[in-house]
Amino acid sequence: MSHYEAPIREPLVLGDKSYHDITEDIAKPIEGTANKNWYIAFYISLAAMLWGFGCIFYTIGTGIGVWGLNKNIGWAWDITNFVWWVGIGHAGTLISAVLLLFRQKWRMAINRSAEAMTIFAVFQAGLFPIIHMGRPWNAYWVLPLPNQFGSLWVNFNSPLLWDVFAISTYLSVSLVFWWTGLLPDFAMIRDRAVKPFQKKIYALLSFGWSGRAKDWQRFEEVSLVLAGLATPLVLSVHTIVSMDFATSINPGWHSTIFPPYFVAGAIFSGFAMVQTLLGIMRKVTNLEDYITRIHVEYMNIVIIVTGGIVAVAYATEFFIAWYTGSPYENYTYLSVGAATGPYAWAFWSLIIFNIITPQLLWIKKFRRSFIITFIISIAINIGMWFERFDIIAIVLSKGHLPSTWWRFEPTFVDVGIFIGTIGFFFVLFLLYARTFPVIAQAEVKTILKSSGEFYKKRREQGIPTKPAIVIANDAGLNDKSNKE
Amino acid sequence: MESSKVIHAFYNDDEIVLDAVKTVKAKGHHIEEVFCPFPVHGLDKAMGLAPTRLAITAFIYGITGLSFAIWMTNYMMIQNWPMDIGGKPSFSWAENMPAFVPIMFELTVFFAAHLMVITFYMRSRLWPFKDAENPDPRTTDDHFLMEIPVHNNEAEITALLATTGAVEINIVDKH
Repeated sequence: MSHYEAPIREPLVLGDKSYHDITEDIAKPIEGTANKNWYIAFYISLAAMLWGFGCIFYTIGTGIGVWGLNKNIGWAWDITNFVWWVGIGHAGTLISAVLLLFRQKWRMAINRSAEAMTIFAVFQAGLFPIIHMGRPWNAYWVLPLPNQFGSLWVNFNSPLLWDVFAISTYLSVSLVFWWTGLLPDFAMIRDRAVKPFQKKIYALLSFGWSGRAKDWQRFEEVSLVLAGLATPLVLSVHTIVSMDFATSINPGWHSTIFPPYFVAGAIFSGFAMVQTLLGIMRKVTNLEDYITRIHVEYMNIVIIVTGGIVAVAYATEFFIAWYTGSPYENYTYLSVGAATGPYAWAFWSLIIFNIITPQLLWIKKFRRSFIITFIISIAINIGMWFERFDIIAIVLSKGHLPSTWWRFEPTFVDVGIFIGTIGFFFVLFLLYARTFPVIAQAEVKTILKSSGEFYKKRREQGIPTKPAIVIANDAGLNDKSNKE
Repeated sequence: MESSKVIHAFYNDDEIVLDAVKTVKAKGHHIEEVFCPFPVHGLDKAMGLAPTRLAITAFIYGITGLSFAIWMTNYMMIQNWPMDIGGKPSFSWAENMPAFVPIMFELTVFFAAHLMVITFYMRSRLWPFKDAENPDPRTTDDHFLMEIPVHNNEAEITALLATTGAVEINIVDKH
């Protein structure tokens, strides 16, 4: 009974699938040609990406002055976008690492794409601090390299430098975790490939994976240890991002609640982005049998939990700000001042998109609906962007000296770079969806007998998962060796 | 070249191949290799493979990363170029240690994860431009391949394999 699973659990793979059917289904989007919708989406994303690159070159060529920054607000959309993208990048490794440690089988249908999303999102995030440096060719100065400036080293006391270490570790570890999981799936594509060029490419990508019993033993051990290492890593990254704010002495930022609250928000927004992407992907790649209603529901439950933590954090911030009795606190991003001030629209966008809308997911019918999930996931993406914008722009717009109060207004360059990163992200994701095995097929095969609909039904009828042995007839025996 | 002959027995189910491995081992035959499209739990034990020590290497690499981070922060911030930042001078590593915890943590993870994966790739001979060594393309799809070396006992082994549910049995020369 090695493949037993309680019958009450919903199947994770629908239909009468055999192992070979899984291979076919996962390989189909790669081996087929792209349809019109893919091209439309790709060209729109590409146009946005090129527009964004144009804005980046304009910024670098002219200077940061082309952004809407001013004396008070020295970083606005760039850091907002940076934190937003890093936050989105949190779901992938959470799904593949934390859910692996908890032995959640449903992660197997979504981990590959969630990790791809993570890596592509962290790329976008990394762009912003580098552009904001103004002189991106000096970006290597953030590394502790021996140098000729009087052996001046980086400052290890600075949370911005912690960010450099956290994000580069996160990106590179996520990348090898993703790639290691991809090896057997690339090997599967390689061994099916008919076109010689395709075979060569996938042979290269698969690193010569052969699937020996010893390789699999090591593969599983490496996956488990990487999951163990990546779990605290995921939590550390947004903790450190939050310290960019929390270690400063600005009211509204100087807050010990920031690390857990940022981590919860990151997982919240990351899962929302996974819902957005997979809601579309399961349709266009015909993988509805693998990314099912129950997967969507499980992710929605994570969204409710992390969204709840975020809501409690907002309430705490709001209450404590008021409870201090300090007049300065009335100008922080969660205060009566913010709710009624010039940034009231941003404040209420945050509340509506991030707190009120996700509560609809308490209703079972809604959290099992693909359409409603998709709409709510978009709302959360917007809400989480506003959270970061509020934290930065509202807090910085009103400092201790009222005569210096000033507001932030983005220029077309701010907007252009943001849209450009969204385009860049989708360009990468669309290319990925056409060339990579988007579901970890080797892993899905391991759960087919325990969680596949076909086998679950058979087990209820008392039929064992192990098929009856058919004794090979003479036709099955071939002597291919050289007779000597 | 009698000894270079091997039998390739194909199976199309994970539970059947696991039982077959146990049966073949019980009869005292050596199983050279089993190629699988996905991990089969208990197969390594049934084949008699030693447990992997990669987790131990990860621990050692992690300790290395931690030591490196301690050395680096001490050398750069305390020894080589101490700075007085915000009235908090860098004259003692121990007193500055809390600010270095994030760096120490990240480098521990960085070293442990990357060096373990590199060790895995080297030990399992996986790298770009490496040719795959699975004898049949079906072993990455839905077939399991058991490789057994033969020493003039083809008939005995094929008869045994046939009863274990092999769907195809080939006798081939191993290169």
